[in-house]
Amino acid sequence: MSTSAKTKIAIRNCNKIFGEGEKKVVALQDANLDIAQNEFITFVGASGCGKSTLLRMIGGLETLSSGDISIDGHAIDGPGIDRAMVFQHYSLYPWLTVRENIRFCRQLKAHTENRSSADVEAASGRADALLNLMGLTASAQAYPNQLSGGMQQRVAIARALMGRPEILLMDEPFGALDAQTREVMHDLTCAVHKIERATIVFVTHDVEEAIYLGDRVVLMAPRPGRIDTVFKVPLPEKRDKNMKHSPEFLKMKLEILDRIRETSGMKTDLEQLEKLSALANS
Amino acid sequence: MDAFVPPVTPVQARRKRSLLWSVRGPITRRQYLLLAALGLIVPLAGWWLLSEFGGVNKVFLPAPPDVLRRIATWWVDDNLASDIGISIYRVVGGWALSALVALPVGLAIGTFRPVQALLEPLTDFIRYMPAVAFIPLVMLWVGIDEGSKIAIIFIGTFFQMVLMVAEDVRRVPTAQIEAAQTMGATRMELIEKVIVPSAKPALVDTLRITMGWAWTYLVVAELVAASSGLGYAILKAQRFLQTDKIFAGILLIGAIGLCIDQMFRFLHRRAFPWLKGGK
Repeated sequence: MSTSAKTKIAIRNCNKIFGEGEKKVVALQDANLDIAQNEFITFVGASGCGKSTLLRMIGGLETLSSGDISIDGHAIDGPGIDRAMVFQHYSLYPWLTVRENIRFCRQLKAHTENRSSADVEAASGRADALLNLMGLTASAQAYPNQLSGGMQQRVAIARALMGRPEILLMDEPFGALDAQTREVMHDLTCAVHKIERATIVFVTHDVEEAIYLGDRVVLMAPRPGRIDTVFKVPLPEKRDKNMKHSPEFLKMKLEILDRIRETSGMKTDLEQLEKLSALANS
Repeated sequence: MDAFVPPVTPVQARRKRSLLWSVRGPITRRQYLLLAALGLIVPLAGWWLLSEFGGVNKVFLPAPPDVLRRIATWWVDDNLASDIGISIYRVVGGWALSALVALPVGLAIGTFRPVQALLEPLTDFIRYMPAVAFIPLVMLWVGIDEGSKIAIIFIGTFFQMVLMVAEDVRRVPTAQIEAAQTMGATRMELIEKVIVPSAKPALVDTLRITMGWAWTYLVVAELVAASSGLGYAILKAQRFLQTDKIFAGILLIGAIGLCIDQMFRFLHRRAFPWLKGGK
């Protein structure tokens, strides 16, 4: 990502407050961030840091208490077909086959108004291409309940891509998967980013995942939820599993983990623990 | 590690017993069928033995063959078929009317918070009012013809049904709804293409359960100036001390209810094959 890249998503002075009075919780405080066109940006942080809230605000699923978020210079107002979202789980439609799930958006007016017959054919070809890209061709007629968790998330990604969104929002999409499946999904996501040329905003609590996938990593901190530091990942654009063992990668991972501990209060927990063990040993 | 070899037989024996009684433990199909048969046969045999040899007067406790004989004569001489027919008509009528209103109202309560605020507390209040106590009112308002029986069954099932439908609708995972929102679904599309299909299996179950409740209100409904029906036959039999007919009526209602229940379960399996898969 060069500095001259066009800004796709502009987040300005964003605040989100849940509840009122005594129960008031500041979920996000004064967030400011520019996300470039075609960038792969990851949000990482301890729970309660507001990373999912910010993502949902970009997706239009959550309102802003103050500030604004704009896409290509236009302030957002609710969800839109330019911003598709992939959820952690339970988002597939179990009564539809894999193919029908992927084609779901074609049933919606937003995607079918003014469509020509050529458009219908193109959509059918697109569904096939996505099935192919995600390695789902053999499961096209299966129901989601018959698939493994990894396969289900592939369907969810394909379904989100079907409408050719300019922005793909991913909310801990691999959080429920085992480590091996997750690695495969990482490379698949990188391929999707390259092929589909979408801007991807990816939320995770896994620091390694955040660095491996992101052009930049946004570290967020809790109480109140806020953007703490933005790291530029010093890895080549084309990622490779072996890079996870490179000194640059490990250095950044330690740096981020340390900062998470410092900002989330885990450090005080550790100090407390050390004091206790010192007491126990004396 | 191999210095101590535990005695094999007692450990295994103990294990076998504890598995069957372990919480949510496994059971073989054979064991299941055996126990199910036992559960049906033991009470039946107990009833038979008690009525034949227990020294109980047949007027109070008729034997199973007496009841069967009564069902046969009822069928031949007293037009059992028409009693069954009219009772099914009343139950299904009251239940269907209730479903017709409860499904859209429950859908609205489960989907829109203002509707929930407006109607749910009221429904919660009314459902605790005994349906039986409405009989005098129903007689005053609806009269004493078929409408009044259907009205009683409606009152008995409707308010519970609304709340259950609303709960079914609320159980639709938020992620399913939000995914459709980010794909540009309108409000109507969300209801039509996500919420309704997603809640459908639960709704069919709710309809099945409330059908059972509708049957329990049949006898109550037929208290109201009826001259036909299974519930009415049971009430009349009491006046003539025909205990065998009371037994016959109760068993018939049970059997019909069981048949309808099984039909719903069959429909559920056929209509929602995608529920299978186990994940």
